[in-house]
Amino acid sequence: MAENVTPRVRVPRSAAAGETITIKTLISHTMESGQRKDGDGNPIPRSIINRFTCDFNGQNVIDVTLEPAISTNPYFEFQSLVPEAGTFTFTWFDDDGSVYTDTKEIAIG
Amino acid sequence: MKKTMLRGAIAAAAMIVGAQGALAQDADSLTINGEIDIVTEAPAAAHLDGALRTVYSGWRFRSDETQAMEMDDFDNPGMLAVEDAMVAWNTAEGTEGKSCADCHGDAAESMTNVRAVYPRWNEEAGELRNLQMQIDACRTEQMGAEAWGLDKTPMLNMEALISSVGRGTIVNVAIDGPVADMWEQGRELYYTRTGQLELSCANCHEDNYGNYIRADHLSQGQINGFPTYRLKNAKLNGVQGRFRGCVRDTRAETYAVGSPEFMALELYVASRGNGLAVEGPSVRN
Amino acid sequence: MTFTRRDTLLMAMSATAAAMLPFRASAAVEDNIAAFTGGAAVGEGGITLTAPEIAENGNTVPIEVNAPGAVSIMVLAAGNPTPPVATFTFGPLAGAQQASTRIRLAGTQDVIAIAKMADGSFVQASAEVKVTIGGCGG
Repeated sequence: MAENVTPRVRVPRSAAAGETITIKTLISHTMESGQRKDGDGNPIPRSIINRFTCDFNGQNVIDVTLEPAISTNPYFEFQSLVPEAGTFTFTWFDDDGSVYTDTKEIAIG
Repeated sequence: MKKTMLRGAIAAAAMIVGAQGALAQDADSLTINGEIDIVTEAPAAAHLDGALRTVYSGWRFRSDETQAMEMDDFDNPGMLAVEDAMVAWNTAEGTEGKSCADCHGDAAESMTNVRAVYPRWNEEAGELRNLQMQIDACRTEQMGAEAWGLDKTPMLNMEALISSVGRGTIVNVAIDGPVADMWEQGRELYYTRTGQLELSCANCHEDNYGNYIRADHLSQGQINGFPTYRLKNAKLNGVQGRFRGCVRDTRAETYAVGSPEFMALELYVASRGNGLAVEGPSVRN
Repeated sequence: MTFTRRDTLLMAMSATAAAMLPFRASAAVEDNIAAFTGGAAVGEGGITLTAPEIAENGNTVPIEVNAPGAVSIMVLAAGNPTPPVATFTFGPLAGAQQASTRIRLAGTQDVIAIAKMADGSFVQASAEVKVTIGGCGG
């Protein structure tokens, strides 16, 4: 597992039923592209987060395929519908097989 | 032929106007998280002797996109380091089994006016210390823990944490008393041309701030925003590490991070920013 | 520094290779587009790609894609060693077919976004981003 991988998400605490909200996510990750070389000239193997998903109460909001051209500390901002109160689940998939998740509750009102 | 030349002349004139339009700092104002107002422009301190009329934060020289990344903590990747440091702040280490919090409590309350006054004379030790040296002194002397070392990742993270809780406070570095000689030495270094390119700090950051250096805008080289998250290397950068980069680019042998020369220079450069607000961790290109 | 004849030859050869690169890159771009569209025609309009005209550093360039009614949007950087950047697929709860991220650009180049619409058609938008070379770059 890559070191010091910390996911962060920003979701409003509450929304009106049926409202569209803005979600921001950031995860600390070097996103080693596989294009770089170390001090001895040996290629540094690719090691990136290759997929990110956001679901709400089991239904998908967005599913992103990431390539090495995504910057260090991958950042996403997107819109979600909030039909009811519930839980957002955020999942990041690492090349090395690690899976990082975070959840956020949202209330209606 | 004539027509072409005329068109060329018009295009050239337009380019110069365009360049002038882009010259110098912009007029944007900086508020972080919609609540922390940051002073990015202030009358130059008296000790600058009129060398500059106004001092500007480096933020004012950056593009809208780079500026925006500093205006919200969520968008600022430097704040990831602050979060790491908060864990370290509360973690007991060393032979004394103490954490930073055991002595200093909540950093958001106890550390608000720290970054603004460093580098600073330490009476007990009889030496000038920058914030990083003070952090390591705390670790080795109070906690019985191992020193992190200047510009190392946990050190930059902690410096970012202490800066972040002091954002908005006005830089007010003392230059008199026991540090007067070092300040004078720093001033001399600032104006001394070095390297094969024979450039002093002042040649770029005093004489030419706002002008282009290749495709980039020169800032005044203020350090109120350090440690700074650079898009270039996607990590936090310390002041003296940045000095090294600058001196190297004049094609000179650089001083070492933590050397007496860079300590004097850091004191002097910090004092040039008296009146600006603490801004770190800032975001720069 | 002096150049031997061999050095000069090598330099000329690598210059030629460099000059050929854009063609290779654009072939890669075409391959990626074909894989996404299945060879279908790609129209214009109905998709916006927002990117800075000038990026201060190619390491972290903010972009936004927006294609109302899209099923998914693929982003390519035509001048990167490998053009794919990201593909956004919108689920039933997407509040808009819109997303922002930060990307790496190896130099001045076109960024391309292609949206697959609900009816199976494709539209694209592109934007040239000039990546500046830092003054000192530290």
